[in-house]
Amino acid sequence: MKKRRMFIRMITASLMRRRSRMIVALLSITIGATILSGLVSIYYDVPKQMGAQFRNYGANMILTASGDSFKMSDVQSARAVFDEEEIVGIAPFRYENVRINDIPFVAAGTDAEEAKATSPYWAVEGDWFSAQGDVLVGSGVAESFRLKTGDMIEIAYTPEGNDESSEDGEIVLDNYDYFNVVGILETGGSEENYIYMSMDDMQALTQTEERVDVTEMSISASGDELSDYIDEINAKVPAVRASVVKRVTASEATVLTKLQALVLLVTVIVLALTMICVATTMTAVVAERRKEIGLRKAIGASDKSIIQEFMGESMLLGLFGGAIGSVLGYVFAQQVSVNVFSSSISFRPLLVPITMIVSIAVTGISSLVPIRSATDIDPALVLKGE
Amino acid sequence: MSLLELKNVYKIYGELHALDDVSLTVEKGEWVSIMGPSGSGKSTMMNIIGCMDKPTKGEVLLDGVDIAKESKKNLTNIRRDKIGLIFQQFHLVNYLTALENVMLAQYYHSMPDEKEALEALERVGLADRAKHLPSQLSGGEQQRVCVARALINYPEIILADEPTGNLDEKNEEIVVELFHKLHDEGTTLIVVTHDPEVAEVAQRTLVLRDGKLSKEIVNDHFTGKIRFDDQNPF
Repeated sequence: MKKRRMFIRMITASLMRRRSRMIVALLSITIGATILSGLVSIYYDVPKQMGAQFRNYGANMILTASGDSFKMSDVQSARAVFDEEEIVGIAPFRYENVRINDIPFVAAGTDAEEAKATSPYWAVEGDWFSAQGDVLVGSGVAESFRLKTGDMIEIAYTPEGNDESSEDGEIVLDNYDYFNVVGILETGGSEENYIYMSMDDMQALTQTEERVDVTEMSISASGDELSDYIDEINAKVPAVRASVVKRVTASEATVLTKLQALVLLVTVIVLALTMICVATTMTAVVAERRKEIGLRKAIGASDKSIIQEFMGESMLLGLFGGAIGSVLGYVFAQQVSVNVFSSSISFRPLLVPITMIVSIAVTGISSLVPIRSATDIDPALVLKGE
Repeated sequence: MSLLELKNVYKIYGELHALDDVSLTVEKGEWVSIMGPSGSGKSTMMNIIGCMDKPTKGEVLLDGVDIAKESKKNLTNIRRDKIGLIFQQFHLVNYLTALENVMLAQYYHSMPDEKEALEALERVGLADRAKHLPSQLSGGEQQRVCVARALINYPEIILADEPTGNLDEKNEEIVVELFHKLHDEGTTLIVVTHDPEVAEVAQRTLVLRDGKLSKEIVNDHFTGKIRFDDQNPF
C-alpha cells in the first residue's frame, strides 16, 4: 500500500470515526464559510441590486440631438449598445406646441411602456395611453379644463409656416384631432403641464416626419460602466449626444461605495472571527488528542508527519466546510436579497471553488499554531501509564 | 559487542537522582526483566532505553551508537528503526482498526503493507479481529494488537512497560507465551514489570531500588531453578 493511501485512510478514519467531535469543528467552519460566501455574494450583487433600486429615481442617461434632431432608428442603434438585461427603460420624447381651446400647451409623444419604466415615480390616475387617440394629461392641464378620465378633448396643432399669409399666398390650416383622456398624471414637476400621447398619434396630429427630441434612458449600470456606454454611443451613433444625469449618478456612486465598504468591513470581521473560532476548535482537538500524538511520536512519527496528518485533517474539514458553506451561503444571500432588495440574487459558480479554497486556507492557517504546539508534546510524559 | 550497554548513567531532576550510576548490558537475543517498587527509576530507565529521554550523565550505547549524544530528531529515527514499544495502557489509536494500528507503525517506519500487518495479527492470534476498533476488543486483545504493532518492523529490541499490568491471568499467559515465541525467534526483550511471575520467565531479572541496580537474578527457567546472586557487582 502506498504511503499516501494510508495517509488518506488515516485522516478519513479520524474524521468519520470521530464524527461527533468533528461535527463541532465542521460546524464552526461551515458557519464561517456560509456567512463569508453569502457576504461576498451580496457584496458583488449590491451594485446590481441597488442599481435596480436607484432606477426608481428615474433616468440616469439622456440622449439629445447632436445636430438638429434625431430619429427612432438612432434610438434603436443606441439601444443595441447595452445588454438587454441592463436596460430598465429607454423612452424617446418628441415635444410639440399644441393648443386646447386656443390655450397653448406642450404635448409629448412617447412610448407608454418605456416612459413607465424610466419614470416609475409618475402617479397616474386612470390608465396610460394604449389605443390610438388616447392621451394622458398632466394634472395642471386637467385642472385648467376640469378634465377627468373618459372626457374627450380637441387638440390643435399649427403647422410651420401657418402665419395666415404664407409666401405663395396659400392658406395653411391648423390640424385638429379629438383625443380620449384615459389618465391624469401627477409627478410634482413640470410634466403636470404636459399632454402625453403615443408617437404615432403625435405624427398623425402634426403630419410631419418622425422626429425625436430627447430620449431618457434608465440603465442598470453605474460609474465607469456608464461612462463607457456613453463613449460607445457617441462613437457609434453620430446623430445623438449621450450624457449622464450627474445629479442621479453621482449620488448613486456615493451610496454604492459606502454600502460596499460596509459589506466589505463586515466580511473582514467575519473572516477574522471565523479564524479565531477555527483556531480555538483546533486547539481543543489537539489538546484532546495529546495521548494519540504522544503515541504516534513514540512509535516513530516525525514532527513533519504529525503536522502533515493534522493539517490534512483540518484542510479536509476546510474543504467540506467550504463546500457546504458555499451552498448555504447562496441560500443566505438569497434570503437577504429577497428580504432587503425584494429580488433574487444570481448564483456565481466561481464562488464555490473560491469559498472552498478560502475555507481550506483559513482552516489551515488557523490550525497552524495549535498543530505546531502538538509537536512539542513529550511522548514519555503523555504515555506514562499511571 | 552488546546490543545495549548503559555505562554510569545518571538522570537527575533537581535533588532527585532518578537513576544513580546505573550500568548494565543486554546481549542480542536476551530476555531481561526489570523489577522494582514505584519510584525506583524503572520508567526513567525505560524512557532512556526507549529513546524518549536522555540521561543527565553517562553513555547509553544501542547497537554501538551513544543515544545520549543524539539529537531529538535522530532519537525519533532510532526509536522508529530499532525499538518496538509495548505499553501497560496499550495506547492504540482509538479510531483506527486493529489492522490499521499495526499498519501505523509500518507507515512511520517504511511502507504500509496490509498483508504483512495481517500476518502480524495472525501471529498474535487476532487475524479475525483485524477490522475491529480498539473499543470492540478486550484488554488482552488490545495488548496483543500492541505486541503485533511492536514486532511489525522487526525491531532490535522490544521494550515492554508493564505489559501484563492491566490483564487478567488468562491474557497474561497469552502475552507471556507470545514473548516466549518472540524470544525463541531471537528477538531481544526488555520487560519492566511488577509481577514476579512475569519477571521470572525472563533469563535475567534486574532489580532497581532508589535509582540504583540493587540486584540481578539469573532465572534458569529451563530447569525451573531460580538462583539469587547477591554478590553481583550491581
